[in-house]
Amino acid sequence: MKKPAEAALPVAPPPSLWRLFLGFFIMGSTSLGGGVIAYLRTGLVTHYRWLDDETFVELMAISQSLPGLNATNMSILAGDRLRGWPGALVAALGMCLPGASLMTAAAFVVGIGGDDPISKAFLTGIAAGAVGLVTVVGVQLGRKMLYEIADYVFVAVTIVLVAFLHVPVLYAMIGVGVVAIWWHRPRSGTAPHAPRHKDPEHHDPHA
Amino acid sequence: MKQLVDLAGVFGYISLLTVGGGMAAFPELKNLTVDVYHWVTFPELMHYYSLGQLAPGPNMMMVASIGAQVAGLPGAAVVLVAFILPTGLLTFGIGRLWTHLGKWPWRASVQRGLGAVAVGLVAAGAIVLARGALKDWMTVALAIVVFGLLMRTKINPAIPIVASGLVGLIVLWLH
Repeated sequence: MKKPAEAALPVAPPPSLWRLFLGFFIMGSTSLGGGVIAYLRTGLVTHYRWLDDETFVELMAISQSLPGLNATNMSILAGDRLRGWPGALVAALGMCLPGASLMTAAAFVVGIGGDDPISKAFLTGIAAGAVGLVTVVGVQLGRKMLYEIADYVFVAVTIVLVAFLHVPVLYAMIGVGVVAIWWHRPRSGTAPHAPRHKDPEHHDPHA
Repeated sequence: MKQLVDLAGVFGYISLLTVGGGMAAFPELKNLTVDVYHWVTFPELMHYYSLGQLAPGPNMMMVASIGAQVAGLPGAAVVLVAFILPTGLLTFGIGRLWTHLGKWPWRASVQRGLGAVAVGLVAAGAIVLARGALKDWMTVALAIVVFGLLMRTKINPAIPIVASGLVGLIVLWLH
């Protein structure tokens, strides 16, 4: 029996609580321009190799279907996978502390920017850069997670619903999700939708 | 004291509305903090919101500013705990439950199915972000350069993002 969800990429051993906190604190301090999820993937999957892409996307799907901020939920789930409940606690703290401290301090500083021309110009720049960053993560996750034509159809339908028809994320997720899960439903005996590449047994529930 | 209890109640409630992202709760946040409790004015709320966009980490850490403005440091602490703890515990519990499902065959199906949806959501997020952020040749060029750089190298994404902000400042200064 293989260990669940840890077969595809070489995954580093779980970090110590302190390393875990530090990792999330660094991601919490550097994730500018929106799209914290992109920084989380770069950090957790590429840089620290604490999670593989399959686990990352699995946790992301849970995070997005539950109330709570996606970045905070992701930190809790990833922290728990790596180090149990203390891990969840320090990961969430590390993720939220930098932004929360800055925003608390901002309330005491009168006349600090945010909507003045200089802040706006800076924000314009980082927002544009963030478009590039989020696109990169979309491409990288897509390469890893999409195996057959049907998967691309689910992606396309999700994009149209959310980005063009402005359907709330939760409804889109439930609607497309139910169809996609049914498409990938367990079949007895064989695993007809086993991925074509990488780790062929990984998605086979009967392995 | 009454104020801290109110803060805890309001932000605990608002946190339950943040399904699919913090912005989902924004209308109710505005309603309660501005119209019902008069903790902040609408311009103040927008100010904190745009400032929050400049801060790192989860996009809604600006709730700490409202707590701090109403009741100082204890206010900020109460708001943060009320905003993060209930949904955090829920996520933790569901995460545990999910792990316990172990080799249940449908678990792999859910993973495959929601994986595709999650990729779609990231792509949709990029499109929504692009609509607001790409306004002229400069912003389009920045997005393309950052995309190319991050596809080809493994540098920390914060570096090109901060650099993009500086380019924004330089362009402002040139005008």
